[in-house]
Amino acid sequence: MMKNKVLKLLRENARMDFAEIALRCGISSVQEVEDIVAGLERSGVIRGYTAVTDDFAVSGGAAMVKAIIEVKVTPRRDGGFDHVAQRIAKFPEVTDLILLSGSCDLLLTIQGESLQEVANFVAEKLATIDGVISTSTGFMLRKYKESGRIMLNDENYERLKICF
Amino acid sequence: MMKIMNDSKSVSEKFIAPHIAGLPKSGIRKFFDLVNAMDDCISLGVGEPDFTTPWGIRESGIYSLESGHTGYTSNLGMPKLREEVCRYLKRNYHADYDPAKECIITVGVSEALDLAFRALISPGDEVIYATPAYVSYPAGIAMAHGVPVPLPTRMENGFAVDPDDLKKLISPRTKAILLNFPCNPTGAVMDRAQLRQIADIAIEHNLVVLTDEIYSELCYAEEYVSIASFPDMKERTVFLHGLSKAFAMTGWRIGFACGPEALIDAMMKIHQYAIMCAPTMAQEAALEALKRGERSMLEMKESYRERRNFFVAGLNDAGLKCLMPHGAFYAFPSVKETGMSSEEFAEKLLKEERVAVVPGTAFGPGGEGFVRCCYATGAAELREALVRIKRFMGR
Ligand SMILES: Cc1ncc(COP(=O)(O)O)c(C=O)c1O
Repeated sequence: MMKNKVLKLLRENARMDFAEIALRCGISSVQEVEDIVAGLERSGVIRGYTAVTDDFAVSGGAAMVKAIIEVKVTPRRDGGFDHVAQRIAKFPEVTDLILLSGSCDLLLTIQGESLQEVANFVAEKLATIDGVISTSTGFMLRKYKESGRIMLNDENYERLKICF
Repeated sequence: MMKIMNDSKSVSEKFIAPHIAGLPKSGIRKFFDLVNAMDDCISLGVGEPDFTTPWGIRESGIYSLESGHTGYTSNLGMPKLREEVCRYLKRNYHADYDPAKECIITVGVSEALDLAFRALISPGDEVIYATPAYVSYPAGIAMAHGVPVPLPTRMENGFAVDPDDLKKLISPRTKAILLNFPCNPTGAVMDRAQLRQIADIAIEHNLVVLTDEIYSELCYAEEYVSIASFPDMKERTVFLHGLSKAFAMTGWRIGFACGPEALIDAMMKIHQYAIMCAPTMAQEAALEALKRGERSMLEMKESYRERRNFFVAGLNDAGLKCLMPHGAFYAFPSVKETGMSSEEFAEKLLKEERVAVVPGTAFGPGGEGFVRCCYATGAAELREALVRIKRFMGR
């Protein structure tokens, strides 16, 4: 399906221009790519475009503090985890939130200006939400890989410039 | 003093066997030197994937070393690997080989070619090979005291072998035909009907067919057919393949040859005395590649396909007529309309726009008027290369 091909390319590089996407997927017109992408945006498959960054490499300015929090929740009779999850998701501090199988229920990533800010958020906002049984917070110390991008700079290996 | 030095040079030169002294050192060495001296050019001149070997495969090579598997393997290659190769060929090529007797693991297809040439050729035997071709072919044939006979293919035919052209070149000394489809440098693929015609000629004239299918996974056509899968061809076909291209393993040096027992046995004798065995850790990595590397391989293939679509359209748009290649990772556009020879074109493009391509003449008869561009090159570089080529063509 063309839609999936376009999505695959955008996931690899959201900045690829539509003309190139058309050529790579063998779509005859740029307009058609525009229509596909517009459709994907409208239907909510594409929710946005961001950059994959190595936050720990940003020099100067305050680096963000990030934590991953495992949350145990009492599910509700009507709606299971959705109700609590939606409440948590609305906090801007929360950048990612998923429902997980296994020993915890919700796994979220949060971001703050300082350790204190994150700690306060957990103690005052998160842990006090009705239905939240427990939280377990781990602070991120270093990021090695995100969205398929490895953050460590590999040693450059020089390919031959020309050969048969 | 000067004179003595010159004399000593010619004395040592005279030691060299004439069939080696006569080998060209590659016609376009000068051009290669130019490219290598230029630090900041975009090179479309390579002949290998731009991916590193998928991690799972690399990790098995490391594990093999950690486990202390540092000795020789059986001369034919690890039995497990030969079994896996034969399973792989049955599954993907419908070609049946017995791993115990009809398969040998080599140091790349390069060694497999050399073994085949040496096993088959008596001095003066002719080997017909389709051109434009991989540069090692004529040299390899000549090093085995054979006579390389080029068979030029044409753009009008999609660079497939024309059976009538082939018949015209067959002489009483013809021993074998060497095919390479998908082709380096043209990217051409031959379909079942076309291969059948070549097979019939080989049978009629009692010729061996050497088929170098190193790019076979990277075939973008609907169906891929190997001449080795024709039941009546098995007794006269040596199938050569390896992991360098599709699995991005050029540096590991693993290839293999499959064929009738008698031929593999003859090749095995040479291999045993000249090489002993292919590197052990590389064999273990190759085993992993064939067993579990297919997904990574297909992802790489998809990425080549996309880049091919993008790049070939861009070339045509720039005014360089280029067929859509059905295999490998090369585009082979015509530069005839520029009025320049391949070498002039390549040199000017390099000097004026800092983009390196390989002149078609490097690949033998039929290559004049074309250049080879490898699109297994980073997307951003490909994009920039097209911008520069367009600008160059606009002058
Ligand atoms: C057509 C062809 N055959 C053989 C080889 C050599 O491959 P290997 O790395 O298996 O020795 C190459 C490499 O460029 C090639 O293009």
